[in-house]
Amino acid sequence: MAGVRVLVGTRKGAFVLRSDGRRERWDISGPHFGGWEIYHLKGSPAHPNRLYASQGTGWFGQLIQRSDDGGQTWEPVGNKFVYDGVTGTHQWYDGTPHPWEFARVWHLEPSPTDPDTVYAGVEDAALFRSTDGGQTWRELPGLRNHESAPSWQPGAGGMCLHTILLDPSDAERIFVAISSAGTFRTDDAGKTWRPINRGLRSEQMPNPTAEVGHCVHRIAMHRSRPGVLFMQKHWDVMRSDDAGASWQEVSGNLPSDFGFPIDVHAHEPDTIYVVPIKSDSEHYPPEGKLRVYRSRTGGQEWEALTKGLPQRDCYVNVLRDAMAVDSLDACGVYFGTTGGQVYASRDAGDSWAPIVRDLPAVLSVEVQTLP
Amino acid sequence: MIRVVLPSHLRKLARVDGEVKVDVEGPVTQRSVLDALEARYPMLRGTIRDHVTHRRRPFVRFFACEQDLSHELPDAPLPDAVAIGAEPFLVVGAMAGG
Repeated sequence: MAGVRVLVGTRKGAFVLRSDGRRERWDISGPHFGGWEIYHLKGSPAHPNRLYASQGTGWFGQLIQRSDDGGQTWEPVGNKFVYDGVTGTHQWYDGTPHPWEFARVWHLEPSPTDPDTVYAGVEDAALFRSTDGGQTWRELPGLRNHESAPSWQPGAGGMCLHTILLDPSDAERIFVAISSAGTFRTDDAGKTWRPINRGLRSEQMPNPTAEVGHCVHRIAMHRSRPGVLFMQKHWDVMRSDDAGASWQEVSGNLPSDFGFPIDVHAHEPDTIYVVPIKSDSEHYPPEGKLRVYRSRTGGQEWEALTKGLPQRDCYVNVLRDAMAVDSLDACGVYFGTTGGQVYASRDAGDSWAPIVRDLPAVLSVEVQTLP
Repeated sequence: MIRVVLPSHLRKLARVDGEVKVDVEGPVTQRSVLDALEARYPMLRGTIRDHVTHRRRPFVRFFACEQDLSHELPDAPLPDAVAIGAEPFLVVGAMAGG
């Protein structure tokens, strides 16, 4: 029977949650790397037992761990992230030039076809790639050398490259998102990049429609339709039907269009999920009600999904990398909270139940559907 | 033989219990001890000092013989008691937080 493996990164370690295809009973292993921040871990689509994890602390810096047995055992691999060539400067919070400094790996994106190839999105914002299973890392410097880069500024959480989407139909095309520079696309495997933020409007910027500077929180696509992108911005939920060349707002009837994650149903490319958060100054759900909102129309028309989720006194957040879907039928949807709960829905969001309630604050959730 | 005490997180990472012993050829300094340590336990590279600059990470401290040696030059000789193995060289995760 098919199974599901949920990979959870937290403030104090990684956890691996396993179930069979019924998704009723879960085995929980962890903490792996107890006491370390695990910003993200993700499995290789080409070899599902190959997992990569980003491990770090403020004391001992960045490590990358690799597993070849689905998370039962791990080996540290390369952790040397050195910017290519002259690092240059970006803007600091006070507007002064600040040299690019490596802080951590926010996101690891394994290649869909080669288990030894994996991309790393890092802070300060840059894209790295390993083609030897994580042993060595090289920057794709074209992004950081973009002419707009000296004007990029960090968001409150740092200047992080947090989202990497590899186009399944075009190996040369990659989308990335940076807080708070915006969304960028390459069509030549990372040599050159262009900002793709037309249509975004951010009132927090002196020029709300500037080409760069937007605080994009997350972008998502359905693999069957890689030209259609969905975005949760600092404020506003957006959609692009032309691979990011232009965007339209699709926040519609959401109670708040601030939030972090956004994801797409595994089998319905126009069914998307967000978790509205009250505001950028409060960072908790409106009215203390934890609600996932689902649109079956690719945005604009949203329905609240509340069954099984706390509908009073709930003040957790759901971070940008903390939502994922499985590809079983019906599609499973999963998300983790800063309160340490991991919620799962076995029916595409109609109802929810916690898999686990008391983990450290959840930073990331990824799901593998296993044969 | 130089005795090195690692903090708990780094002992787990290096998969060692208790003290680590490393051989150092030539002068016994922070740099030579850390070079030997990283040669024997490559997974520690980047966790105590920067990969490229070899600067000590800000929240790592070096103690020995009841002295804080964190701000000594990397090529300054370590105390004789460390060099002859009578006292360990301590790598410490700094106290930080409330």
